[in-house]
Amino acid sequence: MSRVEFADVQGLVRFGYGHLTEASYALVRVKNVAAAKAWLHSTRVTDAAKSPTNTAINIAFTAPGLRALGISESVIAGFSQEFRAGMAQESRARQLGDVGNNAPSNWAWGSYGCEPHAVVMFFGKPEQFGFFVQSTKGTPWSDAFEEVTSLGTSNLDEHEPFGFKDGISQPQIDWEQRRQTPCTQLEYTNIVALGEFLLGYRNEYGKITDRPLLEPDSASAELLAANDAPTKKDLGRNGTYLVMRELEQDVRKFWQFLHQEAAGNIEEARQLGAKIVGRMQSGDPLVPTEERPTPGSDATSTQQNRFTYHNDPTGARCPFGAHIRRANPRNSDFPEQRIGLLRKLVIMLGFGPKGFYDDLTSSVRFHRILRRGREYGSELRPEQALAPAPPNEQPRGLNFICLNANISRQFEFLQNAWISNAKFAGLAGETDPLLGNRERMAAYCRPSANFTMQKENGLRYPLSGLPQFVTVRGGAYFFLPSLRALRYFAGTGNA
Amino acid sequence: MTPQSNFMVVVPVDPKHETELRQLLDSMNQGPGQVDPNNALIPFAKFDTLHFARFIILDDKTTEDVRVYRLTPRSYPLYLAFLGDVDGDANAFLDQLIKRARNGLGRIFSCCEGFTSDTNLLAWMKRHHAPAIAAYVNWRGRTVRQIREEVALYEALENYIGQNSATFQHLPPRELHERLRNFVNAEKSASRLILSPESPTPLGWQIRNLLHLFGMPLLVLITLPLLILLAPFYIIALRHLEKTDPEVCPRADQQHSEDLSRIEDHDVTNQFSALGSLKPGLVRLLTTSGVLKTVNYGARHITRPGRLGRIRSIHFARWVFVAGTERMIFCSNYDGSVESYMDDFINKTGFGLNASFSNGVGYPRTNWLVRDGCIDERKYKEYLRRHTLVTQVWYKAYPGLSAVDLERNTRIRQGLESSSMTDEQARDWVALL
Repeated sequence: MSRVEFADVQGLVRFGYGHLTEASYALVRVKNVAAAKAWLHSTRVTDAAKSPTNTAINIAFTAPGLRALGISESVIAGFSQEFRAGMAQESRARQLGDVGNNAPSNWAWGSYGCEPHAVVMFFGKPEQFGFFVQSTKGTPWSDAFEEVTSLGTSNLDEHEPFGFKDGISQPQIDWEQRRQTPCTQLEYTNIVALGEFLLGYRNEYGKITDRPLLEPDSASAELLAANDAPTKKDLGRNGTYLVMRELEQDVRKFWQFLHQEAAGNIEEARQLGAKIVGRMQSGDPLVPTEERPTPGSDATSTQQNRFTYHNDPTGARCPFGAHIRRANPRNSDFPEQRIGLLRKLVIMLGFGPKGFYDDLTSSVRFHRILRRGREYGSELRPEQALAPAPPNEQPRGLNFICLNANISRQFEFLQNAWISNAKFAGLAGETDPLLGNRERMAAYCRPSANFTMQKENGLRYPLSGLPQFVTVRGGAYFFLPSLRALRYFAGTGNA
Repeated sequence: MTPQSNFMVVVPVDPKHETELRQLLDSMNQGPGQVDPNNALIPFAKFDTLHFARFIILDDKTTEDVRVYRLTPRSYPLYLAFLGDVDGDANAFLDQLIKRARNGLGRIFSCCEGFTSDTNLLAWMKRHHAPAIAAYVNWRGRTVRQIREEVALYEALENYIGQNSATFQHLPPRELHERLRNFVNAEKSASRLILSPESPTPLGWQIRNLLHLFGMPLLVLITLPLLILLAPFYIIALRHLEKTDPEVCPRADQQHSEDLSRIEDHDVTNQFSALGSLKPGLVRLLTTSGVLKTVNYGARHITRPGRLGRIRSIHFARWVFVAGTERMIFCSNYDGSVESYMDDFINKTGFGLNASFSNGVGYPRTNWLVRDGCIDERKYKEYLRRHTLVTQVWYKAYPGLSAVDLERNTRIRQGLESSSMTDEQARDWVALL
């Protein structure tokens, strides 16, 4: 399979641009198609060939956005169903836990029928940022687009607003395509097939996922041929899907609740917070880390990412329901490591481990996401958070962004089956302690506003009546095209 | 033990009454995908031996697929299927059902061919019975009554523990087990908790079960020389078919997918019904029968309670031929979203999935019957979604509870029944609470 041409991939796939500490996301609707195309055509979008020094810009489109640019329905039909239908569709919102306070009808942007057309993401060093945004937009910007909103971000020094170090765990992309798939993965690995994050390449099943394949013509001439259908032009190749959600975090409510549960002891509140997140505020995991890096991680991987839950089967150290254990259970294809063919067969036929909590969680390698979000709002330390909010306090939160090639199997699965599943890993009735919406799935269901901390040798310790700490304020599914596809979008119809 | 059984009635819909039938079925719901358990037509909740039930109009949009074999698609009548999973004998259940819901059933079935006001309802339903070729029960012998009693037990323990958490938090597991055992015994004596003892297993069922247990292997043994003789021919034929059978896995229609999503994920459990035509020819028919009879045997005699292979999210499932042997329907009740259900199947039981479904027209290409196939994940998911039917009415007797929840409750009860435990057993038991 051919090598990745980094100059054709948008930089955000390869880089998080950590050194470009300023960023903003303009959510726009197309006002004038010709002007929008002209702007797209003239804008130098950052590619992945090398990490940019001072500034970067990346662009992604929603399905209505592609329509607004005049892309034909037959082309759009080649994109995945979830992308075409959108995040705010009623059934999908129910599956994602976007009900109650999180319901799209309450969103500040992205509700059904009011989706933005595109997101333009600006990154830069503080000294250059303002000028960069202004000069990149230029005068044609306001003719071309109507800004639905512009989401600001802030640099909280790698911590999310609740005060926990964030962004430690990321999958490592197999850019070289050395991974032999399909395969059986007996040990947790952090390396994931390229096709999980970039369209047009083999994924963890050894297959290439669906994306629009076009008949060659003058408009598509520049696009690369499809790896699996050489006579077709691959509009998806080197592109991926981008999921964006604005998640408002009530930092005061979080620490006040924990402080109260800890009977006014701030140190104990921190401990409780660590149980909820699955890490200490410093980012140290609650289970011991290992000396060697997780298989597949490069040697530079941080010590804080070198662990699995294999030695914590009872959840006594890191609760089953802790946020990072839900979001990445760090398991493999079988509930036991280093096993032979016979044992695999025994397990496959259902005669493997028989404990109640054994083998309840799907193999994580099919459900990884690449996180590229940024925080917004100012820092508020736990001690400060205990005070009541001043009038007109500015909101805090996370502009969550993740990249994945298959939204339904990656982001949606994670959100539905792990984050908002009240029955995750054999739990009786609790959703993610950080992100959960605290709603009951139906009136007859058990309340979900709980969190339990398992113990090695005794009753689990329950927290109940958890308030909602995180509220979804907006969201959409975007397609982050390759640079070739971007030029195709900018050129179609007015070439 | 009270064994579970199932029923399925498949009857052609009278085309003149299709709209009326759809309206009637819809009137049993309080919202999309949410049945009114006490609806006027069939008040499901009144039947305390009924686990699951559903009405589906078998609106098969894939009959044209057989054209890939140059066959002319048959114009099948539109069928209505009514099926359920019950404790004890299915006929005894139907008797009860007719006693309490004669009018409702009559109104529904009068939209079907050959049903008039003086038709004998029971005889008619039996005449249109469609037996399952393979059936799976998550926990054989666990009745609706037992499930409800064990839910009450769990809640009572939860409350009691909540009231005494300060003391109980520090008790070693064995001591805690003892305390909770005493509490439950006291509650039972005071009739605040009921944990009914298991009913005796019906003798007839025991005999039939033993006959099945030994009969099937015996039959295989007797025919073994013949099977060995035929095996090479069979393998050559199957391999040829596998390499040449066309795939039909176009993208599922967006509207159809949305119609399906609308009725899903209103409860922790979902229904699933998929219908399709079998590949033509004797080899495929024999393969289907052989595989499903094996699945049925395994599910009945070999699987551990609560598991189908590695999968623990299925309550009940069955495979049924629809009016003849040309089409087959698969119906199940599973926990979680359809995406996680399909992923579970692909990643944990891909071999079984391939063996049982690859005889359907258009299934992604398999290799030696069990390999590849569903590993082509996107194709497989489109294939399945396209064959999935919109279920009109679906009832579950224990909403809000997953199969794993039921297993937890059963394990808790089993633990209470043992008077002494090792430290390790006690620790595992306490971890369930």
